[in-house]
Amino acid sequence: MRLAGLALGRGAVIAFGLMGILVLTLAAFRLPIGDSLRLITQGAFGSEVGIARTLVKSTPLMLAGLGIVVAWRAGMFNIGGEGQFVLGALTGATLFRLAPHVPPVVLNPLILVASVLGGAVYAGLAGWLQVRRGVSVVISTILLNFIAIQMLDWAVAGPLQQAKGQLPMTERLPEAAMLLRFNRQTDLHSGVILAWIAAGLVFVFLYLTRRGFQLRLVGENPSAARVAGLAVGARQVGAMALSGGLCGLAGGVEYTALAGQLGTGFAQQWGFLAIPVALLGGLHPLGVIPSATIFGALFAGSENLARFTPTGSTLVYVIQAAAVLGYLLLNELRERRAKLAEGAA
Amino acid sequence: MIDVAQLLIFATPVALAALGETLYERSGQINIGLEGMMIAGAYAAMVVALPTGNPWMGLGAGMLVGLILMLLQGFFTLRLAKDQVVTGTAINLLALGLTGTLFRAQFGQSGQLLSLAKLPKLVGGLDWVTLLTILLVPILAWVIRRTAWGLAMRASGEYPVAAEAAGLSVLRLRLGASIVAGLFAGLAGAYLALGVAGSFAEGMTAGRGFVAIAMVTFGRWRPGWVFLASLLVGYAETLQYAFQVRGTAVPHQFFIALPYVLALAVLVLVGRGGRAPGALGQPYRRSR
Repeated sequence: MRLAGLALGRGAVIAFGLMGILVLTLAAFRLPIGDSLRLITQGAFGSEVGIARTLVKSTPLMLAGLGIVVAWRAGMFNIGGEGQFVLGALTGATLFRLAPHVPPVVLNPLILVASVLGGAVYAGLAGWLQVRRGVSVVISTILLNFIAIQMLDWAVAGPLQQAKGQLPMTERLPEAAMLLRFNRQTDLHSGVILAWIAAGLVFVFLYLTRRGFQLRLVGENPSAARVAGLAVGARQVGAMALSGGLCGLAGGVEYTALAGQLGTGFAQQWGFLAIPVALLGGLHPLGVIPSATIFGALFAGSENLARFTPTGSTLVYVIQAAAVLGYLLLNELRERRAKLAEGAA
Repeated sequence: MIDVAQLLIFATPVALAALGETLYERSGQINIGLEGMMIAGAYAAMVVALPTGNPWMGLGAGMLVGLILMLLQGFFTLRLAKDQVVTGTAINLLALGLTGTLFRAQFGQSGQLLSLAKLPKLVGGLDWVTLLTILLVPILAWVIRRTAWGLAMRASGEYPVAAEAAGLSVLRLRLGASIVAGLFAGLAGAYLALGVAGSFAEGMTAGRGFVAIAMVTFGRWRPGWVFLASLLVGYAETLQYAFQVRGTAVPHQFFIALPYVLALAVLVLVGRGGRAPGALGQPYRRSR
């Protein structure tokens, strides 16, 4: 009961904080606050289309955000979500190229599995490099991001390019091999549900299984984990692989739910934007659900705002940044208060 | 034939940012916000140089804004001892978001193509900033290796507790490195707008800040090697332009990715024997 109250209180603080940041950001850019808020709300929740757009935008953020949570909780600062996102989708598209005649019903799950594997191998490589060769994950994932984006650029204009047409694009998936859409008016797809299920599964894994506990222990106190007889390095590589698998799945879902084909502009920064989403979700899988949904709504809302004012999704970047910095300050205050209370006792 | 002047000009933004980052990392910090500081520097340079027509004032504005962002980052990473990766990520988003939104507010949704007064050229097609960058390489190497300040800086990066015990202030040293790195990052961005592109566009740094971080590692935290690594990036960029004109058998993406692949390969080969500062990325909290 007390825990629920605490969570609610924290949620309220964050919600008010975000609202304040949103209003301040709008004021800072001299946008009409009332009208802008109305446009953002309309775009994000105003209609069936708006709600669908919010959910669709939150999906890659949620899946990749979960990936970030898993790695960071194991003490691995994976900032290669972007590269793993791209590589996941690329692996899926490669599978489609190699086996285009697989029945569509099987093709879709196969592509998603391939995406998970592609992302997992790519991130696992970075984890392995840190554990075995002492190459910091922060640095290697930065490098791997660039390499993945160049691989995508090359593949869509080379080996994976569609047979007809001059554009650097892969072949379009047949409609039956796409993720299920719920109706014709909106983009709402079954990947949205997949992301929520993934959040639940990651929560169960991290908090209710022995493996998950060990992963968190490795992140919080590697020397204690080592003393307890855990193979710390292997757990770290495993955490990276799982993290990359989730980021890769995000790419696979984006590919098979919306685009249906890959082009050079496929990445859209989702892998980077997932980092603040994970942080503001308290690096907790269930925290990622509201965090990803809020930012999904902001992205959807800012699209609507962009139709009437010269703004864009960059407005949401500012809000994300301010929220992360505000969150750090909030934590600092909480720590100081805890210390004061300790001193008084 | 390689156009040496063009290569140097293309390499200068990454080289400047990477040289600042070298000192920053030697003091025990990693600047994930470098990309953001560069784009903010480029934007500030454009805002000042466009109405005044004076590229020098633009460079100054870029440096100032780079410094301001760095001090904001330092408030979190030094004063509050918060995580450097988290703070840097936020600084990046802040800078990308602010410059993007302000730019659109000023120049409309699509963003018109701006033409800025470029820096005057000196001998051989080079300008003052490229020359300064080349000159900075030995100076920075000397400062890090031979001066008391450089030695203290390295101590703060390798083993801050010992540095503190020897009577040094780790936070003050890291603040010093931050100021230098912030100025360099801002100048790097400003030069990208005024020296390389002669224009500003949303997100024009296109990952160069991250490239600079990678090149510091590639150059094993030594200014001379870091500079050479940056030249490789500049070379890859010139090739990219040449191939778009001519076309070759080897896909041009290969050349763009080459510096990263090489950097990764070097890291893998050198492995733990590398010279990464011992306390790189660890927040320092003075014990009371």
